[in-house]
Amino acid sequence: MKNYNLSHLEELESESIYVIREVAAQFERPVLLFSGGKDSIVCYHLARKAFYPSSVPFPLMHVDTGHNFDELYQFRDQLMKDTNGRLIIASVQNSIDKGKVVEEKGINASRNKLQTTTLLDAIEENKFDCAMGGARRDEEKARAKERFFSHRDDFGQWDPKNQRPELWNIFNGKKHFGEHFRVFPISNWTEMDVWQYIKKENIAIPTLYLSHNRDCFERDGVIMAKTDFVQTK
Amino acid sequence: MEDNYLTMDLLRFTTAGSVDDGKSTLIGRLLYDSKSIFEDQMEAIEKASKQKGEENVNLALLTDGLRAEREQGITIDVAYRYFATPKRKFIIADTPGHIEYTRNMVTGASTANLAIILVDARNGIVEQTRRHSFIASLLGIDHIVYCVNKMDLVNYSQQTFSSIKEELKTFSSKLRTKDISFIPISALKGDNVVNRGKNMEWYEGSTLLHTLENIHIASDRNLIDCRFPVQYVIRPQNDKFHDYRGYAGRIEGGVFKKGDQVMVLPSGFSSKIKSIDTFNGEIEEAYSPMSVALTLEDDIDISRGDMIVRKNNSPSPEQNIDVMLCWLSTTPLQPGGKYAIKHTSKDARCMIKNILYKVDINTLHRIEEDKKIEANDIARVSLRITQPLFIDSYSSNKATGSIIIIDEATNNTVGAGMII
Repeated sequence: MKNYNLSHLEELESESIYVIREVAAQFERPVLLFSGGKDSIVCYHLARKAFYPSSVPFPLMHVDTGHNFDELYQFRDQLMKDTNGRLIIASVQNSIDKGKVVEEKGINASRNKLQTTTLLDAIEENKFDCAMGGARRDEEKARAKERFFSHRDDFGQWDPKNQRPELWNIFNGKKHFGEHFRVFPISNWTEMDVWQYIKKENIAIPTLYLSHNRDCFERDGVIMAKTDFVQTK
Repeated sequence: MEDNYLTMDLLRFTTAGSVDDGKSTLIGRLLYDSKSIFEDQMEAIEKASKQKGEENVNLALLTDGLRAEREQGITIDVAYRYFATPKRKFIIADTPGHIEYTRNMVTGASTANLAIILVDARNGIVEQTRRHSFIASLLGIDHIVYCVNKMDLVNYSQQTFSSIKEELKTFSSKLRTKDISFIPISALKGDNVVNRGKNMEWYEGSTLLHTLENIHIASDRNLIDCRFPVQYVIRPQNDKFHDYRGYAGRIEGGVFKKGDQVMVLPSGFSSKIKSIDTFNGEIEEAYSPMSVALTLEDDIDISRGDMIVRKNNSPSPEQNIDVMLCWLSTTPLQPGGKYAIKHTSKDARCMIKNILYKVDINTLHRIEEDKKIEANDIARVSLRITQPLFIDSYSSNKATGSIIIIDEATNNTVGAGMII
């Protein structure tokens, strides 16, 4: 008799495709957050699978700190070109120029925290009602209880008391005007699942992930790469 | 990297136990002994255990770490955890043992293949054991593993285990779940969790991990009754696929083959499957729970919420349904009230027509006097739907046999129903 089993990667893939299709069906203006990192690359790959042979029915958005490796920008632009992706760039530099956020100072200055304002502004400007992202529950303990469909109020905030129960695979994306959702299609994937899937599907990733020679320095026990955006002492 | 990851399968399980049954320690033990913990995580909890002056490394800290601020006030707090062995990947739906228990366990159990129910060897069956067992059975979980924990505190006594096991057997014969196993363990010391240990040589059964790795779950799926709720219609606006109409969805029952005669609900039109499409190419057959796109020979108007089934095997169209309803909201159920309802990919509205009885989940007795339905209550309720839903009973198909109820003022999910 034929074996009607799915492997764990096939089952996870099917679940994620199901979630992405729910987003396209339940929301009017969804967007896929895309950082060029492996998790968002996998999400985009799953989105392409979900709507084949049609193109992906929503744009991608890169909240760009402006402090990325050149390889990443090249990779991102080439991927969009090869797959006909529609990319919106929400620039942290613009938020700084407009005075919405202030650049951090000192040698550990980072633009990571500034991204939130840029993201929320871009969601509002583009009238997005759902932003999908590649966050996973196994990333840290605090994420272990996050939903697939995570509700945000009209200030874009996560209210723990207002998170909806999720049973079976029935997702409730109903919302009031001005509210939006964050949806995490690969919630149930682990780091290992992501790497195994990249290998199985032969998905292109920035060569930065692979071993190579690079100028580095050490600070507080962390080995960091030398780039134009990191100040050495 | 070896390629055995391509054949690993996936088991989802939920864990239930009262507050001090050692659930967090058990999960910590599974993660630790199956080598799913990174070195730095392990160092962190070793340090934390020492700071607290504890003698052993407190494995519960692996999952309990962040009980404070962020988690407070989350009404449904099922935490999902992950580990894998070379055979299987596991997803744990970890539900808290406290009072808000029912709705949490119902949520965690809704996606589980298996439930682990912890019993304290010193106490035997308690009220919670019955409650956990009933919920697992109600949610249609196919396998229950009773772990009689803290065997180290009863001198690893075979007699204690045997008498608890007999008691559990008698009680669980009333459940719908048929595959039930019993394992004496010590989560604290590790006996029979991942490794056998030397303390219970009288026990000849499998360890917990061996049970989890080998339990047969493939035949739990319904591969007979074909059900394909349409989620989304794929219409590429390009020259190459100009007339393409693909019906995207996940197969929720049965096996669909190219060339099969199918019927579309609610219209009742028949057609044949022209192709089963995926990004990686056309396939000959598809089965649950695969996500695919179907194309049909005939041009029929089909949209989200419709269902594609086999011609002589279709779910029944019903506007009046009875469900076992678990109430999730702190606002009580309104008798006669109107709510939004979701069933597969279909949205509708419903009215609460009648509350037949409430279930005492400790004894399974029906309560017919008090029909006030509050958070954590389970009741049999009759609903009137604005349009026919194509339903199966929950016991024959979880996907086409389940609904959620939504409060139209707050948009919150307030109830979860299993169709009778």
